[in-house]
Amino acid sequence: METAIKTSTIKGKLIFEFETSKLFLFGNTQLRDQAMESFYKQGIPTRNHEEYKYTPISSILKGEFDFSTNKNCTDEQIEPLKFLKEAYNVIIENGIFVEGLSNLENLPKGVTICSLVNAATSNSALFEKHYAQYADIKTDPFIALNTAMTKDGVFIHIAKNVIIEKPIHVIHISTASKSTIIHPRNLIVVDENAQAKIIESFETVDSKAKTFSNAVTEIVVDKHAILDHYKIQDENELGYLMNTTQVIQKKQSVFSTHTFTLSGALVRNNLTLVLDDEHIESHLNGLYITAGNQVVDNHTVVDHRKPNCNSNELYKGIIDGKSTATFNGKIFVRKDAQKTNAFQSNKNILLSEDGTINTKPQLEIYADDVKCSHGTSTGKLDQEKIFYLQARGIGLTNAKKLLMHAFASEVVNTVKIEALCDYIEGKIAKTFE
Amino acid sequence: MLSIKNLHASIDGKEILRGINLEIKAGEVHAIMGPNGSGKSTLSAVLAGRSEYEVTEGEIIYNGINLLELEAEDRAREGIFLAFQYPIEIPGVSNINFLKTAIGEIRAYKGLEPLAAKEFLTLMKEKQKLVEIDKALISRSINEGFSGGEKKRNEIFQMAMLEPKLSILDETDSGLDIDALRIVANGVNKLKSKDNATIVITHYQRLLDYIIPDVVHVLYNGKIVKTGPKELALELEEKGYDFIKEVEEVEA
Repeated sequence: METAIKTSTIKGKLIFEFETSKLFLFGNTQLRDQAMESFYKQGIPTRNHEEYKYTPISSILKGEFDFSTNKNCTDEQIEPLKFLKEAYNVIIENGIFVEGLSNLENLPKGVTICSLVNAATSNSALFEKHYAQYADIKTDPFIALNTAMTKDGVFIHIAKNVIIEKPIHVIHISTASKSTIIHPRNLIVVDENAQAKIIESFETVDSKAKTFSNAVTEIVVDKHAILDHYKIQDENELGYLMNTTQVIQKKQSVFSTHTFTLSGALVRNNLTLVLDDEHIESHLNGLYITAGNQVVDNHTVVDHRKPNCNSNELYKGIIDGKSTATFNGKIFVRKDAQKTNAFQSNKNILLSEDGTINTKPQLEIYADDVKCSHGTSTGKLDQEKIFYLQARGIGLTNAKKLLMHAFASEVVNTVKIEALCDYIEGKIAKTFE
Repeated sequence: MLSIKNLHASIDGKEILRGINLEIKAGEVHAIMGPNGSGKSTLSAVLAGRSEYEVTEGEIIYNGINLLELEAEDRAREGIFLAFQYPIEIPGVSNINFLKTAIGEIRAYKGLEPLAAKEFLTLMKEKQKLVEIDKALISRSINEGFSGGEKKRNEIFQMAMLEPKLSILDETDSGLDIDALRIVANGVNKLKSKDNATIVITHYQRLLDYIIPDVVHVLYNGKIVKTGPKELALELEEKGYDFIKEVEEVEA
């Protein structure tokens, strides 16, 4: 890049880091250059940027940041994070796939799980077919930045007709000793008529400084394939997550995604589903429980491009303290997408006077024979219900907890893996203490 | 057991109860009747501890305790039970979990050990038979999708589980057909003992054919204007509440 850059700003530092390290990064340098160019044009969004109005990214990215990615986690530290007994565990430490900490023995035939770096060469045909094909560098500066700077991540491929019964659990951990920006990149391809369950959890282990993780995951759900996808975001107050998930669905596929945001200083989820053929089914469920000064922002896009598809979205939030939660849900129904059923609902409980909830459903419908609806509600805990419980001898604290659990259960009950459901229940119970 | 003296209560600055006096002893059933708006439901709400109602004058002594100083949950833990006129639905909270929590808290308040899971289940089974409530209903969320009759039956089931000393049935008969009314009344009668007392609040006399009161009070305009034996209920039914209104006006 020929442009003079100021290395005093974070943008300048990122560009400088890119220029000095790009030759050592895997994959296509030309793509990385284009991505950096695109990031340079878009810049880091301020609060004047409509899509980032409620996510104070630019203020978080002030100060010194490191770009190196250390690996120092031990088996003992990882063990408690492998909360599913029956699962293939994948460890991504500070954005880097760590084979030694993962458990990938006895993968069924037709299932590939490896580092993205590895996939770029060992699985080059698949990699090139899908990599960076769905997450568009021109649409978002963080996609551009990730595409330019990513060092690694996980590659998961489920071959045609293969059903992997045990869930795949991808554990992202931050263990930074200095303030760090990382760019994990994942590619998940579920081929025709294949089925899988993938859980991504986000944790901090022994972290001493803040980590800004700018992750991008591309997911391909090919025709007749079924994928259940879960995200458990449970970092500590040093964890900042910028999480982009770009999903493409093919004919008659079923994709369900569940996003649980339980802690972390800042979590921004950009989740986009493109329904690119007919008879597709999509489920988007989300639950965010915020407190303190947390900021949680869920932006979702469901893009109905072809006829006869169904999408169903339910996001619920419990907001306490001075935290801010945002839900922005877009649904596009393109001209060709007749007979679309698209539903969206966002419900919130505001527990404190100082908490903020921003909710913005946006429907853009260009077809005329569709069923679409959206609804949002924000309220306090129902006093009538609290009194009913009190009148049976249940104290105010427990009465509120019961009602919060009840509120959350609508989303928790959509989790199909029992052990995961129990784990989330336990985590939720802790956040209510 | 319960002694109410000169009770005045208001909501949003509007006075509803204007000097209630009532004495109830253990083992007794008292019926409180009265026309709409006379203050029947306000009285039950004040007894149960609804915070929207402000007691402006008077006192309520329950088993030697000043009831007005207790929060709603502590009143329940002391043995007061209100069967709601309109039981609300709480989706997502199962009846079982709800009752387990309630019994757990009541026992902790009394300094008792928590019930073992097995004991709890045995208790549930026993009470479920007693009040003739369908097992399937109990396994669901509190009152979610229940019919009016099922909700009322669930109130009596909760009453059976919590074994209160003083039960207040707030228009438990409203919306019940005669079969459901019999079942509910039957449940209440089975739970009656010499140690507990019941207040039956109703608009109509019919329920009192099944739950026989020892004393009948007529509430009108926030005051008890007439007290008598069970026959008073029949007299009211026959003459209508206008008869009371006339009496009241003549006295005024």
